[in-house]
Amino acid sequence: MRLSPATSQKIAVTGLWTLAAVTMGVLLFIIAYVLAHGLPYVTWEFLSQSPHRMGKEGGVFPIIVGTLMVAGLGVLIAAPVGVITAVYLTEYTREGKLTAVIRFGADCLAGIPSIIFGLFGFVFFAITLGLGLSIISGALTLALMMLPTIIRTTEEAVKAVPRAYREASFGLGSTRWQMVTKVVLRSALPGIVTGIVLSIGRSISETAAVMLTAGSALGLPQSIFDPARTLALHFYIMSREGISMSKAFATAAVLILAILLINLLAYWIMRRFVAKAR
Amino acid sequence: MGITDNTQIDLPSNQVRFAGESGAGQPKIRVEGYHGFFDGKPVLKNISLDIHSNERLAIIGPASSGKTTFLRSLNRMTDLNHEFTHSGRILLDGLDLWDRNMDVPELRRRVGIVYAVPTPLPWSIYDNMAYGPRLAGKFKPSEIERMVEEGLKNAFLWDEVKDRLRTPATNLSGGQQQRLCLARVLALEPEVLILDEPCSGLDPISTGKIEKALEILKARYSIVLVTNNTKQAARASDRTAFFCMGELIEIGQTAQVFTYPASRKTNDYITGHFG
Repeated sequence: MRLSPATSQKIAVTGLWTLAAVTMGVLLFIIAYVLAHGLPYVTWEFLSQSPHRMGKEGGVFPIIVGTLMVAGLGVLIAAPVGVITAVYLTEYTREGKLTAVIRFGADCLAGIPSIIFGLFGFVFFAITLGLGLSIISGALTLALMMLPTIIRTTEEAVKAVPRAYREASFGLGSTRWQMVTKVVLRSALPGIVTGIVLSIGRSISETAAVMLTAGSALGLPQSIFDPARTLALHFYIMSREGISMSKAFATAAVLILAILLINLLAYWIMRRFVAKAR
Repeated sequence: MGITDNTQIDLPSNQVRFAGESGAGQPKIRVEGYHGFFDGKPVLKNISLDIHSNERLAIIGPASSGKTTFLRSLNRMTDLNHEFTHSGRILLDGLDLWDRNMDVPELRRRVGIVYAVPTPLPWSIYDNMAYGPRLAGKFKPSEIERMVEEGLKNAFLWDEVKDRLRTPATNLSGGQQQRLCLARVLALEPEVLILDEPCSGLDPISTGKIEKALEILKARYSIVLVTNNTKQAARASDRTAFFCMGELIEIGQTAQVFTYPASRKTNDYITGHFG
């Protein structure tokens, strides 16, 4: 039986629309479910106070601070390293054994489960380097986890910059470095920021790797060498150890809202950058 | 093959005589026994020619005759292609382009290139124009402003864009974009202008404007124009070089090449029998 083009078009549209709706539906359901269970407990006190009785009472203020510090420091380390690596791979070397090895290494890094990163971070950063269970150990571990995403997305964004732009820039007397910074990175910025935002999302919700490297201290961290607890880990402990399901859902709601906020902020900043670049 | 070799040996001396007649003195660019290879395969074979100040040299020839590669060698744009290697010399004011003292970004400011396809950067018209001068890092903002205006005027684009310098260059028409690319190079006040089929995708009016610009600009620059349009070579050049299969078959005064070509190949090409 042969379908008429119009019928196959209808079937395709219906099919694609249904699948997209299912995806969106599941996502929205999860978010709505968590927010419905958590938001009623998210009060100003919850956001601004320290936890008491292991988190059964009080708020999550030190945990919000710890999360931002671990993830923020992680991004601050991973973003420049990742972007520079990607620029090196695409603009400064010819395709060869070395680039293949680096790229293969990055891909392997992306596939490693986070608990292994946690174990490595614990053994290497916390013990061997003597950084202990601390924000810096956690941030370094998260940075390692973020690197592959940042490298790969930056590489793709840089490769998508038309060759003609490079030729135009060289033709007008730019050095390679001027060409990279003034033309390539400027054009690739939206793609690079997307990659960084994706990896922020991943690192902020990371649990296993953080537990083994940043610890699970409830106090307000005073420096990057203090241990800290992140929101995702707090949620895990609250629910796993049956301390308080309502506080667990409230934490989850804060986490989801935080990720949403960070994404919106990142896109806003990027839009301003791009608008400026035009 | 034998005939070709003879003509090749004969012609450089012809051409030196022409240079002597016009009293040009030292050539702006002297190409000596230049060979170019892609992946070891020769694409340019033993090219020797001079390019003088204040002349328009047209390079014509069938596809894959090495015209573009030759042109891109003149400011080392060929460096971007890792498979490309060369032998022989190209001297700009007596200094070999591959001399260790040659500053390549500066070379590209002195020998400005315009590509076959307009390549505006995705910025405003003004930023496109100011990009080169800013890269040089030695001009004051007021100087850059003057260079932008001069460049646009010299490419006959100023009147069309002076009220919208801050709008994206990509909004311009194809012909305007190509004149912007020419203007962008002119803003740098180069010594040699090399153009790779700059009018291949343009309407006759834009083509006319570019040709008119070249005619005026030759008072200040050497101009090398690669073109697939033999009529354009005939009307917009002083001398013409004919390339075929990577060899320089013939070079001489345009009027002479088009009326009494020394080589049968040239004759066949310009009369449209092959290529």
